[in-house]
Amino acid sequence: MEENRILEVKNLQLSFQLDVGTNHVIRDISFHLNRGETLAIVGESGSGKSVTTKAILGLIDDNGAVEEGSILFRLNKNGKEEIVDLLHSTKSFMQKNIRGSKIAIIFQDPMTSLDPTMTIGNQIMESMLEHKLVKSKKEALERTRNLLDLVGIDHPDKRMKQYPHQLSGGMRQRIVIAIALACEPDLLIADEPTTALDVTIQSQILELIKDIQKKTGVAIIFITHDLGVVANVADRVAVMYAGKIVEEGLASEVYYDPRHPYTWGLLSSIPSLDGKEEEILSIPGSPPNLIHPPKGDAFAYRSSYALAIDFEEVPPMFKVSETHFVASWLLHPDAPKVEMPDVLKKRLNQYSHSKEV
Amino acid sequence: MSTNNVILEVKNLKQFFRVDRKTTTRAVDDVSFKIFEGETFSVVGESGSGKSTLGRTLIRIYDGVAGEVEFMGKKISGKLDKETKHFITTNMQMIFQDPMASLNPRKKVLDTVAFGLDVNKLVSDPVERKNKVIEVLKSVGLSEDHINRFPHQFSGGQRQRIGVARALVLKPKFIIADEIISALDVSIQAQVINLMKKLQRELGLTYLFIAHDLSMVRYISDRVAVMHLGHIVEMGTVDDVYNHPMHPYTKSLLSAIPHPDPDSEKKRKRFVYDMSTIIYNDSHMVQLSDTHSILTTDKDFELWSKGDYSLSLK
Repeated sequence: MEENRILEVKNLQLSFQLDVGTNHVIRDISFHLNRGETLAIVGESGSGKSVTTKAILGLIDDNGAVEEGSILFRLNKNGKEEIVDLLHSTKSFMQKNIRGSKIAIIFQDPMTSLDPTMTIGNQIMESMLEHKLVKSKKEALERTRNLLDLVGIDHPDKRMKQYPHQLSGGMRQRIVIAIALACEPDLLIADEPTTALDVTIQSQILELIKDIQKKTGVAIIFITHDLGVVANVADRVAVMYAGKIVEEGLASEVYYDPRHPYTWGLLSSIPSLDGKEEEILSIPGSPPNLIHPPKGDAFAYRSSYALAIDFEEVPPMFKVSETHFVASWLLHPDAPKVEMPDVLKKRLNQYSHSKEV
Repeated sequence: MSTNNVILEVKNLKQFFRVDRKTTTRAVDDVSFKIFEGETFSVVGESGSGKSTLGRTLIRIYDGVAGEVEFMGKKISGKLDKETKHFITTNMQMIFQDPMASLNPRKKVLDTVAFGLDVNKLVSDPVERKNKVIEVLKSVGLSEDHINRFPHQFSGGQRQRIGVARALVLKPKFIIADEIISALDVSIQAQVINLMKKLQRELGLTYLFIAHDLSMVRYISDRVAVMHLGHIVEMGTVDDVYNHPMHPYTKSLLSAIPHPDPDSEKKRKRFVYDMSTIIYNDSHMVQLSDTHSILTTDKDFELWSKGDYSLSLK
């Protein structure tokens, strides 16, 4: 693994055994995460984005089977670094050395991820005591105070004695973030952390996550279904569709120079705020059933840009730049030249225009 | 807005819920507005603003505590006789947020959609009933083959189409759409919104669109009302509210909308205002133009109209 990488997922294939057949949820994905950066994984429900993070944490249900691949993680143990394969580690190793301490996760709904019968303070201190990061209760209290301060909660001593139901939704999500940060993890996974929140609270939480990354240098995987939400926080973006990564690149590349028809569709189905005359383009149909994954490019069946080969062969990752990769036959040198939809083109022009002003 | 006929007029509507002996939630607190025929009037606000309660009170799922509602020239608030109830159900329909929760899982699509026809005894002939259902299903982009299926056999977007079909089968004039796209995936949201626009064009429907997604609201609406803590704090055309917002709550909502544009996002300053400094009880509606109004006190209005929002910052 390259020196600056903290996580590397290689050729991951994962399926779940169901009554009706085998559900091929993750179909050969590879990506990496550098130290201190934020990778946004964007996709619709059923695209496999949440399962990917569960695989990283070793939380795959019993009916799930890893068919192939590896997840390499740079484990920093008392200053010594070693590389471990999380996919092939034992449950107790994951519990003791990885989950909660080195890799932490924030879930979507703060109410269901907090214990309603435990005070805020005890919930934050639980994992640092469990992982023996602090020597005494006093030290734990001190650390909790600092954490609450970090996530922007006033009167830490008063808050520590309160229960989750006494706090607002935005406050609760701040607490969840504080718990995730309690053991100073090297990797933070945020699984739709703002989806259950109101817009004004959402923007506060996004600012907070950015701020925390600046202060602690933690690497972040940000899972979302909304490309709008992560524009502000992501360094790189990976777009997932039907268990595959279809486009991956720097945020500027994916937002300003998208190449995959699915990314075009996602971007143009967000109405712009500048004009109302334009129409929003919808993506026809719905995502495929992965018990019988479609042959070739899974998106071809919903795309008006599909080529004949899309229905036959799975497209490889074509390289657009050193950092930008797209899985679409449209990028093959022999493919007919296809432009993105006019609506999207116009909008991207507006963006670049507003940049000059 | 094609015509200026008022289809719905709401005057000083109030809806309170008693929580316990000491506390009452004033979910909708003295709200007045008009909706014109053929337009889309949207109510936006965050959770707890009272926007859904407003919709439910209008269609009489709840009985309002006080105030008057006039719909197509008829009073539909207070006690209702049988005839008025029938008038409301046939002319006003509602589409709900979660299509899975609002469709009966044990009923076939045919029976779900035809339910309105059945209870109002509008058809007697089973063939006519079926034909009416097929016709309305086709108008929402579903086909004849779907009538004998159950809700779980459909995708989320299709289910919401069934919800739309059920609302349309009685040929209503007015539809309340309560967060109809927030449970759907982004790519499916646009499908449903485009369908709603198409139906409005073809059938001349009037919509009350309740939502928290401000960018979708801008796209679909003619006029917008912003709700906060049970009050309409700002109301106007889309241009008024989005391009010339004056109320600090509207300003903070607008500044919180995320854009899919990384460069401008990184530079963007959010508008923050301490809402606890606003006392709505002392406020009254001030007309800024023929179409644009805000809820404010005289003192705040003087400051806000000069662009001074510093009061909350100390």
